[in-house]
Amino acid sequence: MSDHKTMTLTLIVWRQKGPSDPGKFETYAAKNITEHHSFLEMLDCVNEDMILEGKEPIVFDHDCREGICGMCSQVVNGLPHGGQDRTTVCQLHMRKFKDGDTIYIEPWRARAFPIIKDLVVDRAALDTIIQAGGYTSCHTGGVPDANSILIPKPIAEEATDAAECIGCGACVAGCPNGAAMLFTGAKVSQLAILPQGKAEAAARVTAMTTAMTECGFGNCTNHYECQASCPKGINVKFIARMNREFLKAQFA
Amino acid sequence: MQLLSSSIGRKILMAVTGQVMILFALVHLIGNTTIFGWLHGGINAYAEHLHALPPLVWAFRLFMLAAVSIHIWFGIQLTLENSGGRPKQYAVKSTQKVTFASENMIWSGLLILAFIVYHLLHFTMKLIPGTALVTDAEGTVNVLTMVVSSFQNVFVCAIYAGAMVALFLHLTHGIQSSSQTIGCSNDRTLPVIVRAGTLVALAFLVGYITIPLSIFAGFLKG
Amino acid sequence: MILDGKCPTGPIEKSWDKHCFDLKLVNPSNKRKYNIIMVGTGLAGGAAAASLGELGYNVQAFCYQDSPRRAHSIAAQGGINAAKNYPSDGDSILRLMYDTIKGGDFRAREADVWRLSQVSNNIIDQCVAQGVPFARDYAGYLDNRSFGGAQVSRTFYSRGLTGQQLLLGAYSALSRQIKAGTVQMYTRREMLDLVVVDGVARGITVRNLITGEIESHAADAVCLATGGYVNVFYLSTNAKGCSVTANWKAAKKGAFFANPCYTQIHPTCIPQAGEYQSKLTLMSESLRNDGRIWVPKKKEDIGKLPAQIAEADRDYYLERKYPSYGNLAPRDIASRSAKEACDAGLGVGPGGRGVYLDFADSIKRLSEDTIRERYGNLFEMYEKITDENGYKRPMRIYPAPHYCMGGLWVDYNLMSNIPGLFVLGEANFSVHGANRLGASALMQGLSDGYFVIPYTIGGYLVTVKPGAVKADHAEFKKSVEDVNASTKKLLSIKGKRTVTEFHRELGKVMWNDVGMARSKESLTDAIKKIPKIREEFWNNVKVGGTGAELNQQLENAGRVADFLEFGELLARDALHREESCGGHFRVEHQLPDGEAMRNDADFSYVGAWEFKGNDKEPELHKEPLKFETIHLAVRSYK
Repeated sequence: MSDHKTMTLTLIVWRQKGPSDPGKFETYAAKNITEHHSFLEMLDCVNEDMILEGKEPIVFDHDCREGICGMCSQVVNGLPHGGQDRTTVCQLHMRKFKDGDTIYIEPWRARAFPIIKDLVVDRAALDTIIQAGGYTSCHTGGVPDANSILIPKPIAEEATDAAECIGCGACVAGCPNGAAMLFTGAKVSQLAILPQGKAEAAARVTAMTTAMTECGFGNCTNHYECQASCPKGINVKFIARMNREFLKAQFA
Repeated sequence: MQLLSSSIGRKILMAVTGQVMILFALVHLIGNTTIFGWLHGGINAYAEHLHALPPLVWAFRLFMLAAVSIHIWFGIQLTLENSGGRPKQYAVKSTQKVTFASENMIWSGLLILAFIVYHLLHFTMKLIPGTALVTDAEGTVNVLTMVVSSFQNVFVCAIYAGAMVALFLHLTHGIQSSSQTIGCSNDRTLPVIVRAGTLVALAFLVGYITIPLSIFAGFLKG
Repeated sequence: MILDGKCPTGPIEKSWDKHCFDLKLVNPSNKRKYNIIMVGTGLAGGAAAASLGELGYNVQAFCYQDSPRRAHSIAAQGGINAAKNYPSDGDSILRLMYDTIKGGDFRAREADVWRLSQVSNNIIDQCVAQGVPFARDYAGYLDNRSFGGAQVSRTFYSRGLTGQQLLLGAYSALSRQIKAGTVQMYTRREMLDLVVVDGVARGITVRNLITGEIESHAADAVCLATGGYVNVFYLSTNAKGCSVTANWKAAKKGAFFANPCYTQIHPTCIPQAGEYQSKLTLMSESLRNDGRIWVPKKKEDIGKLPAQIAEADRDYYLERKYPSYGNLAPRDIASRSAKEACDAGLGVGPGGRGVYLDFADSIKRLSEDTIRERYGNLFEMYEKITDENGYKRPMRIYPAPHYCMGGLWVDYNLMSNIPGLFVLGEANFSVHGANRLGASALMQGLSDGYFVIPYTIGGYLVTVKPGAVKADHAEFKKSVEDVNASTKKLLSIKGKRTVTEFHRELGKVMWNDVGMARSKESLTDAIKKIPKIREEFWNNVKVGGTGAELNQQLENAGRVADFLEFGELLARDALHREESCGGHFRVEHQLPDGEAMRNDADFSYVGAWEFKGNDKEPELHKEPLKFETIHLAVRSYK
């Protein structure tokens, strides 16, 4: 538990001053890192050293640091969030690395996610997809009692499985086509499974998938890399369900 | 029309046309095995039955042409759209689920297309030079002689065998992918479909490749 | 000054309904003429922006994250209270109100708490209609769990993800309004000043965090829903971006800061692993439903593996001291007891800062699968961070700052003492008193956002002419100049210490001297130390880069600079409050058994501080608290 061994690692980090800068990799050393450091705490330490040396620290998105806000977004050694099962990069711990390892750190790379600076990308496209129809059109107030529509546990659980999506965009970053099918499928499915969302299901799936394409996301080729990349393990069955909902909508 | 314009719609068309082609390939394979003589009169009789009703033959050919065209058209279109989906590749290429087959669908597909063209020129239009065309009194080509003599050539055998490997790769991904695209899978069924799809692809590979190989090896003679 | 909360009078049961009727309404066709600024888009801000937009107002919403879906409300795990009484176990609106007042140690306004309890039921209905997947039973009915400080089962939940699901519900409602054009969303913006014109809040100055541009936004009302300030302790369970900045800027423009000393330390966090770590991960206190908290009785057992410590040598101290509530004792009691055990040298794990939370008995009684079903994601989270399996060996937990009950002072309409400035959710002080019960934060955020502000803001707006002040007013220009000057100053110091070093130093003072157990001595000491750190900060901080780009150092520097001023106010409030109540524990004021000793005769009031400048003492204004429905009593959980 209280292991005092420390590690030194070589970081090869993507640095890009702004959207129009071509960007390049820079190499840094991360020193005195313990197995208890989270990946982002390791980067914090590197940044502290860089600030003191008068260099510009690595800019990266992060906020809650407990794997739920979906803000952190780094591709570590070619895998979004570092590839540990069901783990965001803020929850990835350095015990997964060995002393002397070389680690490549890159931003999400997808057509729909332009790079803002270093490891920070613009994910507004995901909001655009939700704005297209990721809701039930209920008014504030004037809704029926919560128990008036019964939803048996297995159905509620299935909806929750889809609703766990944190909107980080790892599915897009992991997809060789830069597709957002898992993200969109999760929201379409959550609302299609629940009785409250069924009324608008057809209009929703059409609007959300149209927005998805307009935002520049690629098309799904069923590699299932998205599920493997997802820190919440959202299942690709929700893509199949969205496809079903889409087909149904064609005949609605 | 969402089916023709949207991302999912076009994929559904690809999936459905792909499945039509799989069905065709299955029927075609069963027909081909008449060369082993289980039908009275062998492959010649089969060919004769098949062409008994010319309007039906042409209707079916046009239907297949449409299916193939849709599949290819959208396949190329979607692939081109996807090629810029990730503007810059990651420095470390590392994937967790992507397979050789899933990554190279466009290439296996184009190989199959090239093969279909060759195959039609070869056995349907009979335009490939060097193909033995023995006709009977009514002018009907003896199919058995044509096929057997063709596959005694190592190059022809290799072309057919190579194409069948491409088909195998295309189907290992294509079968499960098409069922996912039309929404016929969930977390329980998908692993089963993936395995079943691979088995079907393997069955096609073995089934189709047996004919040229057994001719080349001399087990099947005209 | 004696403050007036403008609470409705008459029977409490009718108070909110009567108030709603008494409020003047804005004509529907006039609503679109009013602009409302919403700073923060978590549960309170997101729900409010969506509801106000739907009513027809023009809303401009701001958040510092890249999307409103990321606000820290998302991290609340356990659940949300409501007086639905679905289990028929004796719950009622009055009982929820009673528990909240009592849990808050009689330092909250009765009328506000009644309203919260009353609308709690509407919140559940609203969220279900939005498609929030609450836990249900096989027949399809909503499921409840029990939480600390209550003897009824009134907490609605969605796995360990309740905050996420509720926030995404509000986010979806907000997204719908953004699409409809009633809400204009400004992401990656940080509010750096409140613009007050002739004593009335008229807009804000924000920094575009991507371009560095300083923008002016004018409106007819400004709402702050900017969350809590416990990152002042450096160690906290809050997101890294949480700050007091928006609230503090408003305070510096004249808004009173109420009860800043009421901070909550959450008892079930994962202990700190090293100094580099500021973010501590909280595990839902719902874990205390099935986990038993203990430390070894004997110091010689400290180094041993927990399994090697005999049952008789374990001290289940909460069960021992509070037999009727046991492990479900309120948060402040559970936290302080843990600290006491560790201070007595009985703590476990690195640095002796931890106590065990043991599930062995529950696993024996219910099976590991049942425990996994209830808390699976928490066990997973624990294992990811500590590399230990909570099913096989007890978890180690330790308290960490988590929530603040204090905030900007607001009246019953959620309006601060500055006309036109409204404060919602954790950012205000209104309902939790000196201590917040579990599963009540989500309730308050959504209550303020969906069901309170949409009514009360209308009562203010009818009194003002829409669009009276535009963003080209001199006050806006002055505000932009002030913000630019402050940025320039920070960038020009070019000192030797990083922003984080100062934050850590402040945090140590706050945690040690103004933390769980405060004394006159420690607080006086803190009030001496904090200005020194502040002074060094402004002379020796190192902030690189420029103001015209994405510059996280600069963002952090601004936030820490505000904490360095606000921390002192927190300590002053704690020093002035010569009593112990809820989350505020003064070692001089305790009962013989170590329980908090309130002083109702002298301190039954809200302490609202007016900022007078960094070199001057703030001025205290009081709002007396009256208890007419719930009678003042010594809080006992024995």
